[in-house]
Amino acid sequence: MTVLAPDARPALPPSPYRVVDRGRETSDTATIVLEPVRSALPPFSPGQFAMVFGFGVGDIPLSVSRIEGDRLTHTVRSVGAISTRLASLEPGAPVGVRGPFGTGWDLSAAAGLDLLIVAGGLGLAPLRTLITAALRAPERYGRLNVLVGARSPGDLLYAGQPERWRNAGARVLVTVDRPDDTWRGDVGVVTGLLNRAGFDPDRTVAFLCGPEVMMRATARDLARRGIAPDRIQLSLERTMHCGTGHCGHCQLGPLLLCRDGPVVRWDRAEPLLAVREL
Amino acid sequence: MTAGRRDFLEALPPVHRGWLLGFAHEVTLPAETRIFGEDDVADRFWVLRSGLVALDVHIPGRGPVVVETVADGELLGWSWLFEPYRWHLGARTRSAVHAWEFDAARVRAAMEDQPAAGLALFRTIADQVIGERLRSARTRLLDLYGNDKSHESGVRGAVG
Amino acid sequence: MTVGTPASTVLDKDGLDALIALLAGDGRTVIGPTVRDQAIVLAEITSGAELPYGWGVELEAGHYRLRSRTDGAAFAHSAGPQSWKTYLHPQRERQWTADLTADGDMEVREETSQPPAYAFIGVRPCDLRAIAIQDRVLGGGPHADTRYAARRRQAFVVAVECTEPGATCFCVSMGTGPAVGPGYDLALTEVVDGGGHRFLARAGSAEGEEVLSRLPHVPADEETAGTARRLVEEAAGRMGRTMPEVDLRALMQETLDADRWNDVTARCLTCGNCTMACPTCFCTSVEDVTDLTGEHAERWRRWESCFDVDFTHLSAGPVRASPLSRYRQWLTHKVGTWHDQFDSTGCVGCGRCIVWCPVGIDITEEAHALNAERAAARGAGEVSR
Repeated sequence: MTVLAPDARPALPPSPYRVVDRGRETSDTATIVLEPVRSALPPFSPGQFAMVFGFGVGDIPLSVSRIEGDRLTHTVRSVGAISTRLASLEPGAPVGVRGPFGTGWDLSAAAGLDLLIVAGGLGLAPLRTLITAALRAPERYGRLNVLVGARSPGDLLYAGQPERWRNAGARVLVTVDRPDDTWRGDVGVVTGLLNRAGFDPDRTVAFLCGPEVMMRATARDLARRGIAPDRIQLSLERTMHCGTGHCGHCQLGPLLLCRDGPVVRWDRAEPLLAVREL
Repeated sequence: MTAGRRDFLEALPPVHRGWLLGFAHEVTLPAETRIFGEDDVADRFWVLRSGLVALDVHIPGRGPVVVETVADGELLGWSWLFEPYRWHLGARTRSAVHAWEFDAARVRAAMEDQPAAGLALFRTIADQVIGERLRSARTRLLDLYGNDKSHESGVRGAVG
Repeated sequence: MTVGTPASTVLDKDGLDALIALLAGDGRTVIGPTVRDQAIVLAEITSGAELPYGWGVELEAGHYRLRSRTDGAAFAHSAGPQSWKTYLHPQRERQWTADLTADGDMEVREETSQPPAYAFIGVRPCDLRAIAIQDRVLGGGPHADTRYAARRRQAFVVAVECTEPGATCFCVSMGTGPAVGPGYDLALTEVVDGGGHRFLARAGSAEGEEVLSRLPHVPADEETAGTARRLVEEAAGRMGRTMPEVDLRALMQETLDADRWNDVTARCLTCGNCTMACPTCFCTSVEDVTDLTGEHAERWRRWESCFDVDFTHLSAGPVRASPLSRYRQWLTHKVGTWHDQFDSTGCVGCGRCIVWCPVGIDITEEAHALNAERAAARGAGEVSR
C-alpha cells in the first residue's frame, strides 16, 4: 500500500554545509554564510527557512537573509544553546542544513505595485532577501519603501545595506527606541514612520516581519490607512521541531506555520492572532 | 497629500481645518535649534510641514536624552491645552524645519468661543497625538526587540 | 469487496491460527490483542491461542476492566490502552546520526535499520481509519516521513469488524464503524452461535487474496454471511456515546471563548494521557544526544503531548500557558482544525481518551456541552443530541 504522496521529498537527514564567513552584526547577533560541502539543497526563496543543525546541540529554524548561488546566509541572535553555538561558529566549522521549508513571501502579488516593507528588530533578516529580489527587478515593481525599527542604533542589522538600498532607488526610513548621543534619525515606534513612507494604499503590497505585537499594530494601522488585508503579508513564528508538518509544535489554529507559513496574509492571520493562547 | 498618510491637519474636518489655519503663520527654523525646553511656558504650538524635531528630557550627567521624534505632518506640542501651560518635554530641531506656528492663547480663546470647532480640534489632538503617543510609549515599554534568553527553537532569532 | 461476494470465505479458529502462522512464516512480526496486566494490550503473538478468547471489557469514563465472556469470542472487546501507532509511529525513534570526521567535517547518516514487516491482527474499523488519518499526516504533504511510510507499506492489515461496542464507543457518530471501511488486506467478522465459532473473511487487496487462498477455508454460506451482517448492524445501534450531529469543525470555531472551557479545565490535569492513548495524535519532539567523545551525535524523535506547557513557546515564554488553552488546543485540533490541516477529522470515535482520562473527561460530553452553550447563546434552543 503506497502512502507516500507522489511529490513527497524526504527532508531527512541534514545536508552537510560549512561556515565560510561570519560577521558580527550586534552585541548578540551574528550573520553566518554557509556553503554546501557536497550537493546543495533545492533553492530557497525569500521568506523561507532552514533548520540549521549545530553539532550535538540540535537544530533551530533560521530564515535565509541572503541567497547567493548555493550559499545560504542566516542571521542568528544568541538566545539559547543552539543559537549561541551557531552564532559563534568560525569559518570552516561544519553544520547540517535541512530545507527549504515554508511559504516564503509572495512577491508576485506585488507585480506592478509598490512595495512597503516594515521590519522590526531581527525581522529585517527574512525581509532582506525580499528587498534584494525587488531591487533586482525594478521594472516589475513600483516604489520600494523600507521602514526599519530597532531597539538602539547598535542593534541595527546589516550596516551599510540601507545606504545601498537607497542608492538603488529604495526609500529607507529607520527609527530606534533608544537613541545614543550620535543618533540623528527618528526615535519611536516603526508605525510612526508610516506617514512619511508615502504610499498609495490602493497600489501597495506590504510585507511585515518583527515581534508579533509590532506586526499586529502595523497591520492594523495599514488596514486603517486603506491597504486591503489580503495585500498585507506577515512572517509569523511559533516553536518548530521538524519543519515538515509532522511534529505539531508550530500550530496556530488551522495553520501549521512550518508548512502554511511562516508567511501568512493578514486576512488569514488577523482572526487567529486575536484569539489569546491559540 | 498621499492617500496612505494620516496627517494631523488631514484628520481635522475640512471646515475646522480652515478655521485653525486662520490662526497660523509660517515659520522656518534652522537645524539644531532649541524650540522650547522642559517646564518653559507653553504659549505656542506647531504643525510641521517638513523636517524633524526631537523631544527630549534633560538628565543630569547625560544632557538631553531624546525620547521621540516628531516629523512632517505631525503636531508639535499639546501642553498648551492644559494648565499650567508648561512643556513637559523639550524640543529641538534635528534638520531645518518648515512649520505652521500657532499662538496658543488665541487658539484656546477661539476654542472657547466656537465649541464645535474646539471640540473637533480637541478630539483630533486626543486621538492623533496624545492617544498615538501613549500607544507608542506603551509599546516601547514592552521592549519588544529586547532579548529574553530563556527559550529558543522558534524564537525570532529563528524564523526571522 | 462486501460480505456475501464470491470472495467471502469462512475460517474457523484453526484457520485463524493458520493465518497467524502463515504471516509469521512469511517473516512478518505479528501483532495482535492479548491479555496482559489485566488489560487487552497489543503485543507480538505467535499463535492464535494468545488472542483474548473469552475476554471482554467493561468501559466507562476513567474506567477499564476485563470481564470474562461465556461465548469464548476473541474480538468481542473494544479499544485497549494502545493503538497501532505504537508500531507504525513508535514512541521513540532514532532518525539520523552525525559524526565529526578527522578533517573537521560532519558525516551524516540517515537511520538505515530495517523496520519490521508487521502483520496487524484485529484492527478495529475505527483504528483502520486512524491509520488512514496518520497516513495523510505523516505520509502526505510535501515532505513524507519515509520511515513511517516504509513501515506502513509493508504492514499487512487484518481488520475485524465490531460486534460488541463499548460504553465509550462512538464510531457511528464519526462515520468510522462498526463496519469496516477500505484499507485492509483481510477483513474478518466473528460469529459465535449454534453454527460454531467462525470468522467471515474477505480480502481487500491482492496480497490479502493470496494469503486467504493459502488458508484452510470454506466458501461463505448464506447463514454465516447474514449473521455477520446482522451482528455489525446491531452493533451500530448499541453505541455507548454520540457526538452532537452538527458540523464539529464549525462548532469548534464558534466556541473558542465558551464558558465550558473553564468548566472542563477545572477538571483537566493536563496529564496528556488522552494524547498518548489517541490513535491519531502524532505530535513529537526531537532531542539530540552526543556520546562521551563529543564526536558522535544522534537525533531522536519521541512522542510529545500538546498538554506539555513548553509544547509551544516564544522567546517570552509558553504560548499556551493556561491549562484552558491546552485542553482547547487538543479538542479543537482533534475535531476542528484537523480538517484544515489534513482534510478530515482527527477523531475516529474509539473512546480511548474517555477511558484513559484519570478524571473521566469525556470528549463527547464536552462537545455536547459546547453545542448546548452555542445554541443557548444563539437563542435557538435547538440542541442536537
